[in-house]
Amino acid sequence: MAIKTLFVDPSRCIGCRSCEAACRECDSHKGESMVMVDFIDRGKSVATQPTVCMHCTDPVAPCAQVCPVMAILITPEGVVQMAEPSRCIGCKNCVYACPFGVPKFDVEAKLMKKCNLCYDRTVQGLKPWCAQACPTGALWYGDYEEFAAQRNGHPVNRTLFGSQQVSTRVYQVLPPEEPLLDIIALLRQTEAEEAGIAWQNQEAWVL
Amino acid sequence: MSVNKDIFEINRDFNFDFESTGRTRLEWDSKDKVAEKLVPTHCCFCGVQCGMYLKVANGQVIGVEPRDYVHNRGNLCPKGIVAYQQVNHPERLQYPMMRRGGKGSPLERCSWDEALDYITSRWKDIQAKHGKHAVAVYSGSSMTNEKCYLAGKFARVGLQTRHIDYNGRLCMSSAAGGFTKAFGLDRAPIPMTDIPLADCILVMGANITECFPIVTRWVWEGRDRGAKLIVLDPRETPTARTADLWLPVKPGTDVAVLNAMLRVIIHEGLADEEYIASRTNGWEEVKAMVEPFTLEMAQELSGVPAARIKAAALMYGRAATSLILHARGIEHHSHGVNNVLAGTNLALARGQMGKPGGGTMMLTGQGNGQGGREHGQKASQLPGYRHIDMPSDRQEVADIWGIPVDELPWEGAAATEMPNLMAKGEIKSCLILCSNLMVSLPDNTTVLKALTTVDPLIVIDFFKSETAELADVLLPGTVWCEDEGTTTNLEGRVVKYNKAVEPLGESRPDWQIFCDLAHRMGRGQYFPFQTVREIWDELRRASKGGLADYSGITWEKIERQQGVFWPCPSEDHPGTPRPFAERFYHPDGKARFIPIDFIPPAEEPSPAYPFRLTTGRVIYHYLSGTQTRRLGFLNAQAPVPWVEIHPQSATRLNIQDGEIVRVRTLRGAMELKALVVPTIRPDTLFIPFHYGHAGAVNQLTNPAVDPTVKIPEYKVCAALVEKLDQPSQVKGMPKINFTPQDSPKMFPYAVGETKGASEKEGKKY
Repeated sequence: MAIKTLFVDPSRCIGCRSCEAACRECDSHKGESMVMVDFIDRGKSVATQPTVCMHCTDPVAPCAQVCPVMAILITPEGVVQMAEPSRCIGCKNCVYACPFGVPKFDVEAKLMKKCNLCYDRTVQGLKPWCAQACPTGALWYGDYEEFAAQRNGHPVNRTLFGSQQVSTRVYQVLPPEEPLLDIIALLRQTEAEEAGIAWQNQEAWVL
Repeated sequence: MSVNKDIFEINRDFNFDFESTGRTRLEWDSKDKVAEKLVPTHCCFCGVQCGMYLKVANGQVIGVEPRDYVHNRGNLCPKGIVAYQQVNHPERLQYPMMRRGGKGSPLERCSWDEALDYITSRWKDIQAKHGKHAVAVYSGSSMTNEKCYLAGKFARVGLQTRHIDYNGRLCMSSAAGGFTKAFGLDRAPIPMTDIPLADCILVMGANITECFPIVTRWVWEGRDRGAKLIVLDPRETPTARTADLWLPVKPGTDVAVLNAMLRVIIHEGLADEEYIASRTNGWEEVKAMVEPFTLEMAQELSGVPAARIKAAALMYGRAATSLILHARGIEHHSHGVNNVLAGTNLALARGQMGKPGGGTMMLTGQGNGQGGREHGQKASQLPGYRHIDMPSDRQEVADIWGIPVDELPWEGAAATEMPNLMAKGEIKSCLILCSNLMVSLPDNTTVLKALTTVDPLIVIDFFKSETAELADVLLPGTVWCEDEGTTTNLEGRVVKYNKAVEPLGESRPDWQIFCDLAHRMGRGQYFPFQTVREIWDELRRASKGGLADYSGITWEKIERQQGVFWPCPSEDHPGTPRPFAERFYHPDGKARFIPIDFIPPAEEPSPAYPFRLTTGRVIYHYLSGTQTRRLGFLNAQAPVPWVEIHPQSATRLNIQDGEIVRVRTLRGAMELKALVVPTIRPDTLFIPFHYGHAGAVNQLTNPAVDPTVKIPEYKVCAALVEKLDQPSQVKGMPKINFTPQDSPKMFPYAVGETKGASEKEGKKY
């Protein structure tokens, strides 16, 4: 059976934080969000990107591997769970081990917290709250074949950190290799046609 | 989300805090119950009206679940997700209050009987002394069709006053005016699910991603199928960020760009002559009008590079199916109707109107913005989109209401004119519901004067808004899920809210308050309603035969079909998702081209006031923010307003990112944080408008209005920015093209002569 998973497409993200608001509605961590939406660089652009747990498959869950008390459990489906409160000793090893900076340490509760892919929902065939709410499909839930059939973009689930490769259950979506429309060519062409108009002399400000 | 919340509290980690949700950890835990039932309903916020389920346990709303409704497919924006937190909010008004010692005395708790008796005795007094029209009703559109209908009937039959208008005047009146002129009917041409059929989507003055996040879903789906996206906006909004082409236009100059685009389309032979000949009138005049709009002239006026305008025209013109989406960005202008018409001209020239996925579609902002303008709470309207100037329309409605037609008042003042009449003392008392004038109306110094002059000022609300603070009698209303009823979303789809819980405390739905007041005014025989369904059935009868015909829509049919599109003239009629497919609604069935010349905004920059100030929304807040500023998660993201300014301008003025600066216009000044970002034109400033008191940008905005529909010019006025410690010595004035006083035909109009003959004729059909 095809593996249903999350696809993260930053090019569609509008930074609305629906995913954060939705994540807070989960009964297991009500009022707290395990998704983070960040501006890439607000001084340059309105571009934003959501970060969720990538659920590493190979090497399997570095966070779980370094946990000295085996508090981070992995389900038979390969979903890496958040630390089991009865076991977690608050050593923060997982926080340091994660290559994506996902686990957050809740000082007050002395507990590591992170996304567990809405396990309660996904085992029932529902979508995780974040992907369910996301108005734009920047967070999208389904399998690879469905994605390829419905969407543009190039999903990848292998990330290189230097020579170290990490494969993840969750996909990041890169832009399609071939742009659908060569807008630069169209602009150059119209500029050439309208040559002599003085706009090129204006102070450039559009980045 | 155009702002990073770090600007408000640097280095705070918002992900792991309970406080920003507005509740402590303990309170959350105690809410951790299992839902007993899921109530299917819709979101109370914007015009999209997404479907949702409310989780209910022990008679309390405890959460939200996704509902796979046809136009939102289970998606929700952050406002929708936390909407349910209003229901048991600690700041809800739970009992009536009044100032027993008159103005200046404190608001004290009172009983419903005391409050209603006081109101009606004062009203009878005022009406006996100053005439029926000395009492006014100022209504709103973020409530059900039934309530909107009753607001109009209450004013005209219960109070017999001509002064009834609503906040939709500030929202969609330009679009309604433009659509009525061009197509004879004010409704979206296609359902949202059609958007992906377009090959080119032109977004004009609509920050879709922030104001209509769920519409983005359909736009993005279109782009997956290869649609091109063009955005006309002075700011690089998240929609513009990934658009194929962004046209950064100077606020107030959209017509120049649109006319130049139409000229390119004509010259390239891209106009659909066959469609134009068979389905439209007035093409030759428009052709002549746009001829002088060369690319060079358009660039000069609008600041958009000529090459981009031409590229946009070619992309739009070459697409087989093209769709224009527009919203307040082009509508909030002293020539808002013209801007809309420049867009309809483009769509008609390309032969798009009536095609699946094509045409021009307004994105109505308020929850029931579409329904609210159809059922007779607008100064000029009677139920079913009938016009109050048309003798036949008046007769029909008077018959349904059972009153002599002579008793039916004529057109009253528009919402934007009411404050002037209040300040002048012509309106002595006003009932305000579902509106927060102190935040929403331009130039709020005048509004404050008006609201403190009227006595008694009666406000129905469920939170103590900036306007409610001024009330002499404050009545607690209900939130959306404590009552039932229908709303009409921006597609023209009628959907139904279901009741989830009983009203909190002593609060009561608006329609019951209307009925009680009418009884006490001695007009109870016209308001015998015991249930919402009775009002709905009367609304259906009252709209029968009108343009907005709801007579065939039943609640059961809405349930069965996932919403019904009006017009729906009989019970076996399925509704009309694409009303312009075969004909337009002018007498000859054809659409009208209307030649639109460029008119500059009322106020333009000068050396003394070098910037164009524009206002708009952020995703976390809804309208005046009365609701959303009280919801912790939303408020934490954007608790105070800020001003966006381009780095080039900031460098010249020596302004740092995050610095508090002062923005000044002719009306006033305010201090706020500067957000120095390159995503806005260097000659433009942007301030979000959702805030009250010292944070209200409407201290600055220009009260100039569109001459026909009286929509205010929120989107452009001349402004200057200065550092707090270096106040500038202002020498000179902005360039003033006209003032509110110069606008033609402000109230009072000669009775029955509010519209020209041609417009009346347009209303007839």
